[in-house]
Amino acid sequence: MNGIAAALGVGLHGLAFAMVLYLISVGLSVTMGMMGFVNLAHGVFAMAGGYIVTNLINRYGVSLPPAIAMAAVAVAVLSLPIERLLYRRLYGGDELDQVLLTMGLVFMSGAAAQYLFGALQQPLRLPPALSGGLRVGIAEVSAYDAMLIVCGVVLVTGLWLGVERSRFGAKIRAAVDNLRMAQSLGIDTSRLFSLTFALGSGLAALGGGLGAALITISPGYALDNLVYFLVVVALGGLGNIRGPFFAALLIGLADSACKYLIPQFGAFLIYAMTMAILLWRPRGLFGRV
Amino acid sequence: MPAVPTDASAAITAHVWRHRYRAHEALPWAVALAAYFAFPNYLPLAAQTLATILFALSADLVLGYAGIVTLGQAAFFGTGAYTAGILAAHGWGEPLSGLLAAAVVAAAVGLLSGLIILRSSGLTLLMQTLVVAALLHEAANKASAITGGDDGLQGMQVWPIFGRFEFGLFGRTSFFYCLIVLFLCWLGVRRLVHSPFGRSLTGIRENVVRMHAIGAPVFVRRLVVYTISAGLAGISGALIAQTTGFVGLDSLSLERSGTVLIMLIIGGVGRLYGAFVGVPLYMVAQDRFSSIEPVYWYFWIGLLMVLLVSFARGGVLGLCDRLWRRARGRR
Repeated sequence: MNGIAAALGVGLHGLAFAMVLYLISVGLSVTMGMMGFVNLAHGVFAMAGGYIVTNLINRYGVSLPPAIAMAAVAVAVLSLPIERLLYRRLYGGDELDQVLLTMGLVFMSGAAAQYLFGALQQPLRLPPALSGGLRVGIAEVSAYDAMLIVCGVVLVTGLWLGVERSRFGAKIRAAVDNLRMAQSLGIDTSRLFSLTFALGSGLAALGGGLGAALITISPGYALDNLVYFLVVVALGGLGNIRGPFFAALLIGLADSACKYLIPQFGAFLIYAMTMAILLWRPRGLFGRV
Repeated sequence: MPAVPTDASAAITAHVWRHRYRAHEALPWAVALAAYFAFPNYLPLAAQTLATILFALSADLVLGYAGIVTLGQAAFFGTGAYTAGILAAHGWGEPLSGLLAAAVVAAAVGLLSGLIILRSSGLTLLMQTLVVAALLHEAANKASAITGGDDGLQGMQVWPIFGRFEFGLFGRTSFFYCLIVLFLCWLGVRRLVHSPFGRSLTGIRENVVRMHAIGAPVFVRRLVVYTISAGLAGISGALIAQTTGFVGLDSLSLERSGTVLIMLIIGGVGRLYGAFVGVPLYMVAQDRFSSIEPVYWYFWIGLLMVLLVSFARGGVLGLCDRLWRRARGRR
């Protein structure tokens, strides 16, 4: 009985982690798939979201939900000029140039974050309602994890419905499937790119802000977690919003289980698993062949 | 890239002469020797720079000649550094055999990981190189009994070279040790890229499909160059480990893989000399600026990368090329 309860607890924690990973990575998958752009700087938007949320809460006493909404909107708006001025010139260009540009942005943002907020981690002060624990059946789960899971499920459902049902979503899918054909049909892909990029960045900020107590906010955030975000995208398959969800689930649960069962291995097994899966299916588990 | 000759006979002459040594190729070595006499107080930095040039050279081989965009070159650098470091910390401080061991182990890691990852291409390949480095970084982090983990590897005892030249405080031995090793490796790399093998690598970079069509063993060629490059990176890591007497986890980090790319880009990719221009510029600038504000160094280097990609593709040597061509055009 105890074993089952522990397994459930680990599973729920993994689920919460998976939700954060998915929210951050989904935008990356879509922008990479649609524009063929290697965006190593995606974590920067999540980091920006995390800094905005923690500072709004800790310094200005804003409560959690409006802080997160403000962070998501602010980052989405801020990402627009970045896409227009820097990214756009390199679409369809050399991979190496894209890697260098985005690495440059990662370095700049890390240094800027340290200049503005110092080298220390930014704690996320949780409201009392979220700092306790909850009992779900026999399993124990922290209220914060439960909140992450609920938020994640709501957002994921909304996102999927939006992309499947709305006109905007249909345009995105068309552009991912066949960019030239979408352009010939009169879809303004340039505008579509900007909006998708902003949406992805906003979601990343949301994930970064919500998960600030799980993936701690510090100047090294974008660089340290880069591998995780990219692993989710690579396993999930590019240009796809469902694949990364299952990939995030896999990584989240595996990470949580590994940290509980064999902490001496750390993230080693996650990386080994990623290599094995990519060897078996180079386009990811859910990528188009 | 040299200017393309217009008529066939000129092309043949250029082809036959392409691997003759030219006068300007002596320039980096002359500068290195001049630096030895001009800045005797900066010899440790100079030695580090020389070793890092070798690292950038290894990256150039993979990136500039074989066209493999890698974010995991630090995996081999770190493997070499830890190999030499662990040997020296456990009672075998003979530097040359340590260097050789580092090269062999790093090349073996390159061969094994290359066998797995070089089957993919594009973004997946980029990811795989990143994951290999992350894997080794995590392994070194967790195996702290052997590697010292987060604190770094302590207690290296490096013996004098040939039992005579001690690694002293002023770094004279280190300087010449790094210089000679770099020179020998450079000779090898230069020979390699001008050989038929090197030409076929360029072919693979420029047009894989056509190379497949003419029957070139693309996978094997890329694997071979990946392995050689890993060995060179391992030597570079071992040089730095032996001359500084310390190996830290950062030798396997993504930051190191990223910065070596930056140094190479500053100089110019795929031209063998990019490393000789970019690395000294970067290292000297870092030494100057980071003594004032170490953290914000990364801000400026990031900004430089953004500007380079946006406005100065081809790095310093590419810029020189363009200026040179413009000057000749006017004449």
